[in-house]
Amino acid sequence: MLDAPEGYTTEDGRKIGGVVMEMKNITLRFGGVVAIKDISFDIREGEIRAIIGPNGAGKSSMLNVISGFYNPQEGEVWYKGAKRPPMKPYQVARQGIARTFQNIALFDGMSVLDNIMTGRIRQMNAGLFSQALWKGRAEREEVENRGAVEKIIDFLEIQHIRKTPVGRLPYGLKKRVELARALAAEPSILLLDEPMAGMNVEEKEDMSRFVLDVNDEFGTTIVLIEHDMGVVMDLSDRVVVMDYGRKIGDGTPDEVRTNQAVIDAYLGVAHD
Amino acid sequence: MSSQAAEGLGSIPALLQRNAHRFADRPAYREKEFGIWQCWTWADTEREIETLALGLLNLGVNRGDFVSVIGRNRPHFYWAMVAAQSVGAIPVPLYQDAAAEEMAFVMDHCGARFAVVEDQEQVDKLIDIQDQLHQFEHMIYIDPRGLRKYDHRRLHQFSHVQEQGRAAREEFLAELKSRREALDYDSTCVMLYTSGTTGKPKGVVLSNRNIIEASKSSSEFDNLTEAEEVLAYLPMAWVGDFIFSIGQAYWCGFCVNCPESADTMQTDLREIGPTYYFAPPRVFEGQLTNVMIRMEDAGRLKKWLFDTFMAHARKVGPAILDGRPVGAWDRLKYALGNILIYGPLKDTLGFGRVRVGYTAGEAIGPEIFDFYRSLGINLKQLYGQTEASVFITLHPDGEVRSDTVGVAAPGVEIRIAENGEVYYRGPGVFEEYYKNPESTASTKDAEGWVATGDAGFFDKENGHLRIIDRAKDVGKMADGRLFAPKYVENKLKFFPNILEAVVFGNDRDKCTAFVNIDLNAVGNWAERNNIGYASYQELAGHPKVLEIMRGHVEEVNRSLASDPMLAHCQVHRFIVLHKELDPDDGEITRTRKVRRGVISEKYADLLNALYDGSDEISTRTEVTYEDGRKGYINATLKVCEAEVVPVEAPEQVAAE
Repeated sequence: MLDAPEGYTTEDGRKIGGVVMEMKNITLRFGGVVAIKDISFDIREGEIRAIIGPNGAGKSSMLNVISGFYNPQEGEVWYKGAKRPPMKPYQVARQGIARTFQNIALFDGMSVLDNIMTGRIRQMNAGLFSQALWKGRAEREEVENRGAVEKIIDFLEIQHIRKTPVGRLPYGLKKRVELARALAAEPSILLLDEPMAGMNVEEKEDMSRFVLDVNDEFGTTIVLIEHDMGVVMDLSDRVVVMDYGRKIGDGTPDEVRTNQAVIDAYLGVAHD
Repeated sequence: MSSQAAEGLGSIPALLQRNAHRFADRPAYREKEFGIWQCWTWADTEREIETLALGLLNLGVNRGDFVSVIGRNRPHFYWAMVAAQSVGAIPVPLYQDAAAEEMAFVMDHCGARFAVVEDQEQVDKLIDIQDQLHQFEHMIYIDPRGLRKYDHRRLHQFSHVQEQGRAAREEFLAELKSRREALDYDSTCVMLYTSGTTGKPKGVVLSNRNIIEASKSSSEFDNLTEAEEVLAYLPMAWVGDFIFSIGQAYWCGFCVNCPESADTMQTDLREIGPTYYFAPPRVFEGQLTNVMIRMEDAGRLKKWLFDTFMAHARKVGPAILDGRPVGAWDRLKYALGNILIYGPLKDTLGFGRVRVGYTAGEAIGPEIFDFYRSLGINLKQLYGQTEASVFITLHPDGEVRSDTVGVAAPGVEIRIAENGEVYYRGPGVFEEYYKNPESTASTKDAEGWVATGDAGFFDKENGHLRIIDRAKDVGKMADGRLFAPKYVENKLKFFPNILEAVVFGNDRDKCTAFVNIDLNAVGNWAERNNIGYASYQELAGHPKVLEIMRGHVEEVNRSLASDPMLAHCQVHRFIVLHKELDPDDGEITRTRKVRRGVISEKYADLLNALYDGSDEISTRTEVTYEDGRKGYINATLKVCEAEVVPVEAPEQVAAE
């Protein structure tokens, strides 16, 4: 079922499309350290794809390869049916790939609204002169973009902190603002690096709901790194498991759960 | 009381028709959405309601059906209520934060066939309970988010229902008109469930006469016009919101503003600047606490200005507001204060334009009340009940006192029974409790007098009514002396550090209490004094917090000692509870009234410890989370002793 090229329908009735991104034999080294070794997997349109693994398994590195922050020494990244040449992160962002960070990367002194507006940078094309005069195109664009941002604020239920400087917010809300900024870019693929780390149960439940709603409402493909197994198993359609830079499992949550290599990686095996 | 409908307008839909003509271009509803205030005029409103009403006919709503309305204050819900009335159905607004089984009880009791709800959360809740509801058929939701994949055979989006109504206009318009015209003063306007401190909720049936007469006379009492602005933020299931946001709004034709979300209420309040405002005492308390907390952090000059001018405002502010004579120098100083402090402060609080403000539901602390009055805000008290369509008594302008609830509302008669219980009758008096003739008969007698369940008396000085306590809570101590728990609790709750208090002493030889700290106020105090805490429970049990609480209790004891009637109600021992009393646990009602029975049963071990002389008690308490799951918290609580002012046994025995 999962190999059907034209996509499939999940148990809860969501339509998953064909392959939108494919990693082929990726290897990433930092000097002598091999962070990712010969990993291949694909991402389908509209699915929630999780990457899991113990600390230091190379999950964030993998995400950084997708986002163009690292260029792998070996292997190919295929996006929308074409091989992607080595790119800068901003070029990848232009292709419709947005992300959040493990350690929140927002502008602390700016308001929530302004932070999210920065996510619309791709949609703002007015020149410096027009921006400075606040006339014509610049004004029109600002109004349009503000409208789009307000929809996201409404969607993520953060109206009450619209004008609050991000630095004053508690952790859970900052995470939500970061998600809002990523969404503002209207990405076709959204990369979430540990969106629920450090959250309490209630915040995790909220965040899970938002991730599902984003996927459902906008049809966004989501690639997610997460440590909380419960969350991963509940949310994702397919899971890639990494350990020491290698792929040790790939499949539906149920398949992964019963995979012996995965169990060993998480619980440890006796060394003889 | 007239048997004829006022100005020939015998129903809310009839008032809507009038407003759509008379006030066509004036705003009727505003709601902040996407950061902007969206506005609907009375003409727009009439169109929205008509298309929805047609849509309801299309779905098969019959005359006399009950339509539940569940959600936060939004124009769509107000439209849904009036649309339901227009097709001869009866709206039943419910508390949206009620647990599933509470909703199940109410919807089963009235046999609701339809429900209008807000979003996925409510839809899920109703899907969970709909198997218990035999008559329930269709659900209409406003926000489609997350609901796309749901089975839509019995689930409809609000805007689709309206579209279908628009499409079927030709077919149903005549039917709609005939149903609308069939409404008169005697037809049911709304059914509201009272939360009730004991027993199951009761459905209070209010007719068009009740609602319109009450709205009309109260609007005239305060000279309300179509130019008023109100902010609708109190639960729609509460009678007050129905009267303010529908009754008076439709009678006067003023604009109802709905906040963006519950969390933005304070910002929205400020942006709207209502001219007519209602809030329960705890809202005023909360705001005052916030102001005081922020002043603690202000610079020295600002603090000095604030203290100086607030002291002056306390001295002459209420007198200026009441139009009593005040010296020229004091007036000048007040005017200066108005520019420097009172004006900006009122603006920050959102009270810059308030012409008439009311508080009710609970006693308000005199300091709190005077604070707002001294700023020049015309804050008054009213005393009301669901069964009275709110108004029993209210304060006339210029005769406002914090310890009374005012004079009888226009058209209302009041009588005090021999046992001190307050009775009233008037045009607002409810028709009946739905499907509950016994309760109707025991509350309302053949002549229309309704028992309030409160004990009170008329103040000899000014003829105002004073409420002492719930009649059934007033008890006797072991030696036969009067025990009035609420009176003592209110004195305790006037301290910003105390959120809730429950006093015991019925049939006992001395009084004791449970106390809840106010996390906001005490948390801020802890921060300022470098006291670390990890949880509510830890803060509530901190020795220094207990010391503060002891101070408060002892101050209340001193004040009680000076009152010969209640000096024996001083609190001897108390426990600071490890959790907040919560409506989800059934300990207080959704309108935050203490359920004594539940509390003394649930905390029987703690209550016992208050009387058996132990210093400490270990306990395990069940808590209910918002999603209905249960959990437990364990705690070891200190039983604190408070100093009591000795009083001699009264010479005379209290008159029976």
